[in-house]
Amino acid sequence: MAGSIQDTFFEECEELLEATDEGLSAIEGGNHDPEVVNAVFRAVHSIKGGAGAFGLNELVAFAHRFETVFDEVRANRMELDEPLIQLLLRSCDHLYNLVAVARDGGETDQAHHDMLIEALDKYIPEEEEDLTFEPMGLGGPIDIAAIDIPQAPTEETYQIHFRPLKDMYSTGNEPFFLFQALQEMGPLEIVLDDSELPGFDSLDPEESYLSWNLTLTTSEPRSTVEAVFEFVEGLCELSIEGAGDADADAAALAALDAVFGSAPVDLTPVAEPTTMVEETTTPPFEQPAPVPTPEAQPEASGAKPSAPKAESTKSEQRGPNPTLRVDLERVDRLINAVGELIINHSMLAQQIANLDVADVRDVETELEGFKNLARDIQEGVMSIRAQPVKPLFQRMARIVREASSATSKTCKLVTEGENTEVDKTVIERLADPLTHILRNAVDHGIESPENRESANKNRIGEIRLSASHRSGSVCIEVKDDGAGVNRPRVKQIAIDKGLIPENAELTDSEIDNLLFLPGFSTAKEVSNLSGRGVGMDVVKNAVTGLGGRINISSTPGKGSTFTIILPLTLAVMDGMVVSVADQTMVVPITSIVETMRGNDDMINNLGADGTLLSIRGSFVPICDVAGALGLRKEDNDRPPGVYLLVETETGQRSALAVDDIHDQRQVVIKSLDGVCGEIAGVAAATILGDGKIAMILDPESILATSPTTAGAFDTERRMSNAS
Amino acid sequence: MQAEVKSNDQEVKHAQFSEFVSFTVAGQAFCLKITQIREIRRWSPVTILPHAPSDVLGVMNLRGAVIPIYDLSARFGLETTEASERNVVIVVSSDGKPVGLLAESVSEIISIDPEEIQETPPVDSRNTMEYIQGIISHDETMVRIINLDAVISVPEQVL
Amino acid sequence: MKTKVLAIDDSRTIRNLLAATLEEAGFEYVSAVDGREGVDMYEDVAPDVVITDINMPNLDGFGVIEELRGTDINSKVPILVLTTESAPEMKARARNAGATGWITKPFDDASLIFALKRVTGAAA
Repeated sequence: MAGSIQDTFFEECEELLEATDEGLSAIEGGNHDPEVVNAVFRAVHSIKGGAGAFGLNELVAFAHRFETVFDEVRANRMELDEPLIQLLLRSCDHLYNLVAVARDGGETDQAHHDMLIEALDKYIPEEEEDLTFEPMGLGGPIDIAAIDIPQAPTEETYQIHFRPLKDMYSTGNEPFFLFQALQEMGPLEIVLDDSELPGFDSLDPEESYLSWNLTLTTSEPRSTVEAVFEFVEGLCELSIEGAGDADADAAALAALDAVFGSAPVDLTPVAEPTTMVEETTTPPFEQPAPVPTPEAQPEASGAKPSAPKAESTKSEQRGPNPTLRVDLERVDRLINAVGELIINHSMLAQQIANLDVADVRDVETELEGFKNLARDIQEGVMSIRAQPVKPLFQRMARIVREASSATSKTCKLVTEGENTEVDKTVIERLADPLTHILRNAVDHGIESPENRESANKNRIGEIRLSASHRSGSVCIEVKDDGAGVNRPRVKQIAIDKGLIPENAELTDSEIDNLLFLPGFSTAKEVSNLSGRGVGMDVVKNAVTGLGGRINISSTPGKGSTFTIILPLTLAVMDGMVVSVADQTMVVPITSIVETMRGNDDMINNLGADGTLLSIRGSFVPICDVAGALGLRKEDNDRPPGVYLLVETETGQRSALAVDDIHDQRQVVIKSLDGVCGEIAGVAAATILGDGKIAMILDPESILATSPTTAGAFDTERRMSNAS
Repeated sequence: MQAEVKSNDQEVKHAQFSEFVSFTVAGQAFCLKITQIREIRRWSPVTILPHAPSDVLGVMNLRGAVIPIYDLSARFGLETTEASERNVVIVVSSDGKPVGLLAESVSEIISIDPEEIQETPPVDSRNTMEYIQGIISHDETMVRIINLDAVISVPEQVL
Repeated sequence: MKTKVLAIDDSRTIRNLLAATLEEAGFEYVSAVDGREGVDMYEDVAPDVVITDINMPNLDGFGVIEELRGTDINSKVPILVLTTESAPEMKARARNAGATGWITKPFDDASLIFALKRVTGAAA
């Protein structure tokens, strides 16, 4: 139980940290709206509160400092200037680290920790500077925790005089509950003094006329007896007298009194009441029930709790934006089931088509309905997994800050389209490549402030991170206003490393894309930032692993733009089913411009083995898919007569030659991850209606591997996917 | 399974027996522990993986999952199997992921006393040493116990 | 009849902690995610005791106390405030607004139950 609550805490921490981050970013952007400030304060406060519950003292202590400083801001006692905002942002980053360490273990950077604490302490006003926060202390002069500790096993008899003032009732405190609590400690004698009760006619219902004299014999320590009256201190006349400890009493009560300043606590023994009425307590006013009835103690200790789960769940959902937290695995099971449903549909459709029945129109209509419903369910289920990229972008803002301070550059990250929703898996797996791109942008893209100034640029570099939906894909763009790719140097490095021949003739775009080649790193010396042993090829692999594409464009002196195009969903896509060397394969529909049957007249040889297809007067290179996949070794096999015209990201067209085209259908993408390594030309697999597996082709990569169309590096093209 | 239950009831010595499934690959006898095997299926044509090495036959649909099928014969450095309907695919588990192994045919279930397992004598074949965990004698024939982890660890760089 | 607790806190962690402790101890537990929701739910839930956080969006704990105390019929319901502030002035402020008592975060099971016992008579 505790473990799962702790999990909840860490989950909530993520949200709270995001809220903090978001708020601070808004403040950094000039929004000093009190609500924004309050939201940050509350978030950090909640982190502290939760962390305290789990004894995460380092986190509590740091959050407390943050909160204390921010409270000054909130109360308008401190100005939110730029250095403070930056300190708070870095402190927020550090909170992320502390939470991560608390959750995953590991070490905090102690020097950094101390440095931030020191910096924060400078903002904490004098009178609070010495305030040491004790995370596990219960606070206040009364140590409630002492009730657990059987310090005084010897019994003691206390004489308690208790006279509520009328204000006590208005706070909802009832004397009888207090007596009940006392009664649990030992034998309690209760004597009501109603001598002050006036006649009915002059009774003021708001006034308090009653007082009690209690005799309690208990082995509990005195502090526990006093703790019972904690809430009513200052709202009653109270005296507690043990055997000869009046002095200690006075001291203890004086301490209590300090809590409420001039509260009218009567420390001297109260004058004897004029009349003593011996009787068991009768409830005052409307209180109907006698005190110690069994009903008043609803559950004996240790009774099996029957948790009213439904009720609490229901109430959790009553917020303005009702949400339901669902285990991701459940959603994925549903997605898989829907995937199977779609396969099942196509199997059914195929088997009905194979039946030799004259009139299947009615069945087909129903099947069509089945298909539409399956698609609706699928869209619904996929949308559950979709999440805004905002948290990811916020993480990137931290990355940029860290990278900036590590490289002594000043950069700001501007984000756009934060509410663009992307599949959760995509978001998770995008974090690493994006981190790398951004570090790279700060490290290699943005110039030093001095260089920027001499180039007539703003000293502060700007990196723009944006997300948008683009015709069934998600487009993530990282655009910096730095120096752009140093093409002569990139080319020279590629030549030096033997990545390209010395006499290679490359277009600008091809040179830029050399950055993605394995083993390429432009850093002269391994910087402590981007040179962590990984190059941009790792970024590219991560993106292609998601079925996406990455492309770079650059203008010298103006900056570079990395564009990542990702499929909207990772589960289904529309595909063209084709035959290639006796195998059934699927080509993503979004990559296909048109399909056509060619004849010999349309084929033109170019050089030794190049062939071009002439289409309405223009010529496009032909790529034999079977050859590119290594499924047809013999050159003399004439390329077949069916072509899929595809277009690359850069607008270059090619014709993919296949044996036959069957139909177009929606297919469920089955990853080949863990089944086999990466296969050139193949993006994933799917299961067809007959239960057979078919490869889903990646036209871009087929073109790159085919001897007739390869050679261009910039065959970046958007990965096709379902819309 | 039944045999296992019975052996539990008998003397301690018998409880040590393990059950193995023996099968032939390129005419030689091999075996795998019965607990390593998820199921045995009749061969049906697989989907070819482009650019795959010769011992990777392709992928197969196992109740909605895509599983790779290896040709054990080719993997052991023996001749490649011309798979037909007479052959079987032994589905085993690798890190929880199913993998199919093509064998000629399944022979029988044999009980092996672990003490009878002999170490593989050094022979001049790297594949053998790597893939064979030990040998036992059963009904006068030598049965090779397969080191499953070695067999199904995909040499990714090949693909 | 179980004693019904309405807990108002914007922190899911605190709500879960309260739920775990209170349900274990045999209380009936209902929660609200902020002060506004808590006050809105109050009449439907008709709790025997209210536990409320102080720092919350939409309506803070002081607001909750004021609104609940503002209506005659509710004026006697015990209200415990949850506070991380060990500072006396926070408790004094809560009391002036009409709070019955307070629970200092982080709380342990015993102090939570003890606080409830003193204001409702209900014990685990």
